[in-house]
Amino acid sequence: MHELSLSGAVLNTVVKHAGERRVSLVSLRVGRLRQVVPDTLEFYFEFVARGTVCEGARLELQIVEASLRCNPCEREWAIEIPAFRCPTCGGADVEVASGNEFEVESIEIEEAACIAPR
Amino acid sequence: MHRTKVRIVEDALDANNTIAQANRADFDRAGVTVVNFMSAPGAGKTSLLERVVGDLPGVRVGVLEGDVQGSMDADRLASLHVPVTQLNTDPSFGGECHLDANMVRSALDSLPLEEIDMLVIENVGNLVCPAEFRVGEDVRVMVSSVTEGEDKPLKYPLMFRTCELVLVNKIDLLAHLDYDLDRFLYNVDQVHPGAERLLVSARTGEGIDAWRDWLTGVAAAREEMPA
Repeated sequence: MHELSLSGAVLNTVVKHAGERRVSLVSLRVGRLRQVVPDTLEFYFEFVARGTVCEGARLELQIVEASLRCNPCEREWAIEIPAFRCPTCGGADVEVASGNEFEVESIEIEEAACIAPR
Repeated sequence: MHRTKVRIVEDALDANNTIAQANRADFDRAGVTVVNFMSAPGAGKTSLLERVVGDLPGVRVGVLEGDVQGSMDADRLASLHVPVTQLNTDPSFGGECHLDANMVRSALDSLPLEEIDMLVIENVGNLVCPAEFRVGEDVRVMVSSVTEGEDKPLKYPLMFRTCELVLVNKIDLLAHLDYDLDRFLYNVDQVHPGAERLLVSARTGEGIDAWRDWLTGVAAAREEMPA
């Protein structure tokens, strides 16, 4: 269900930029921390896109690995499990450096080719 | 026909966040502190509200009740003589599993903002989607009951990470369960270091004073801010 809501948000963002033009490809950057299941998101996107300029468009997901940065240590590390304390100093002054992304990176739109006059 | 790539780079949740900020500005103008109250179904949100909403010293509370269907929870709270507004999510496809900023915006006109100091938005029972959608709240509170298991912070990190307070409910049942409370609190700390948590039982009333004090403190923090 989570992916249904998110696919609606992706669709609205794309339609805002595409206007009336047909969209053939949507590239999305999804951080590991967003807990998105790619196949499910693709499934729902196809569903919500019906009847819009995105109908039949392919959704391409780039997964962004999660990494954290400890402010006092200035250390950065990748995480596989959701543990947000710094492994060096044990501190909690830690920021997400990457992994929270959920952004439409680019779209591919179809435009009628200009036929140059002979 | 030819294809052109258009670079966009826009957070897909920007639209929701923009509406959430507009809601927040409206709540600020009315001087109302907003609590987004979330949990899995059956964790005890409504019971924990019943314990405190009619009884916060100096704070008039209203509730916005989000449900997929029905008004059972709203009816329970209305019997405590606090203003309750029902927001059902079922007109959309199959009933949305969360409240988003636009749904809350649509309810603004039916909220008695002049008559209250605090609005508690009881979200739809779900640990996943509500975490993604800001609705214009000042603080986020979640309930995790001990019958749900100690691994939940690791399974739903986004929810646990974005809440200011975790209420651990149904602690009267601890003696009957294999639940490892220390393990749970350790997991909360892993996912959200420094998160506040309170151990409560809506059934016996244990910890309810601390829960009431916490809410009163949140409302008081607004009054201390320069207008």
